[in-house]
Amino acid sequence: MRLPPARGPLSEWLIGRLCEPQRTAVSPAYRSKLPWADEDLQLSLWIAYELHYRGFEDAAIDGQWDPEVLAFRAMLEREWVAWLERECRVMPSDAPIAEQLRELVDAEDGPRLSAYVRRHATLDQFRQFVANKSVYQLKEADPHSFGIPRVDGPTKAALVEIQSDEYGGGRPERMHAELFRTTMRWLGLNDAYGNYVPEAPAVTLAVSNVMSLFAMHRRWTPALLGHLAALEMTSTLPNRQYAAGALRLGATAQDARYFTEHVEADAVHEQIAAHDLCGSYVDDHPTALSDVLFGASCALKLDNLFAHHLLDQWKDKQCVAS
Amino acid sequence: MTTNAEEPATAIRAYPNGPILVRGDFELLDEDGVPVATDRRTVALCRCGRSAIAPLCDGTHSLLPRTPRS
Repeated sequence: MRLPPARGPLSEWLIGRLCEPQRTAVSPAYRSKLPWADEDLQLSLWIAYELHYRGFEDAAIDGQWDPEVLAFRAMLEREWVAWLERECRVMPSDAPIAEQLRELVDAEDGPRLSAYVRRHATLDQFRQFVANKSVYQLKEADPHSFGIPRVDGPTKAALVEIQSDEYGGGRPERMHAELFRTTMRWLGLNDAYGNYVPEAPAVTLAVSNVMSLFAMHRRWTPALLGHLAALEMTSTLPNRQYAAGALRLGATAQDARYFTEHVEADAVHEQIAAHDLCGSYVDDHPTALSDVLFGASCALKLDNLFAHHLLDQWKDKQCVAS
Repeated sequence: MTTNAEEPATAIRAYPNGPILVRGDFELLDEDGVPVATDRRTVALCRCGRSAIAPLCDGTHSLLPRTPRS
């Protein structure tokens, strides 16, 4: 993919630096009260992280380890992490980690995006939903794979068991990202990696950026595991609804397979993630408990903000139409 | 790699307030004795009786009141 267009001084500096590393302009300073909604910040973070995944064909080949870029990213992350800490840090209890994760998930009183998609979404709205999701889903599971070399024993076995499923268990056509492509093609969407990044709002990029933050920094390994557990634990019920919505809108079973696959697969994954993955990690690292919960809480919070963003937009359109 | 003759071919584990996970070699049949199509190496079997895709788990148990661990 190519570098997306800038959205402000931060992304303009970063893109310039990646295209012409010999340039010596000083990076702009940054402050923001609402980092998750800041277009310039989230796009800059997304580009900085993407250098560690597929990268950009028009960026310097070693931009990934450019010290100026790393220092710039660290500056952006300070505000971003400070906001996540303020909004998402939760107080741990003495209960088993799996129970605490379940309580967090159950307490999440988010907007009912999946119920809306199931019953009311138009084909255009479904298309918009899937285009937004594609920013992460086309590299589904990749952020959490960064955790594999950082954990041991039963934690590693549990993580690899989940990830192996995500990647199709040795069968590329069953890879979740590939199943997602089938759904995209049904909707007439372009399934090229990163195609919808230029038009994705800050909150959609933030959903991906929080995973990448936890993936890039070994220090955030417990949060990465907690984040994965929250994804798995909030997957089966919404995906059932998304599948029903897709079928209502004329999808074939194959078009909707991405969603139905997640009902069966994540019924397994949520147990492994909560009990075997996070359970064994916290047994080995008792002081990491709070960060595991923090990672889960961040996943839930951003998913919530994303759902609000779509539903608010759709509600506004309904008002205009009626 | 050596194989442990004592190692069971199938491992079955119950999860608190959740399904039973089956890993290994197994054949899964429904109430009429018809094989359930699944090519997963690990499956989750419904324990709450409410799954729409029984005998597999579909996560519905998380909507039901939970029983505390005894």
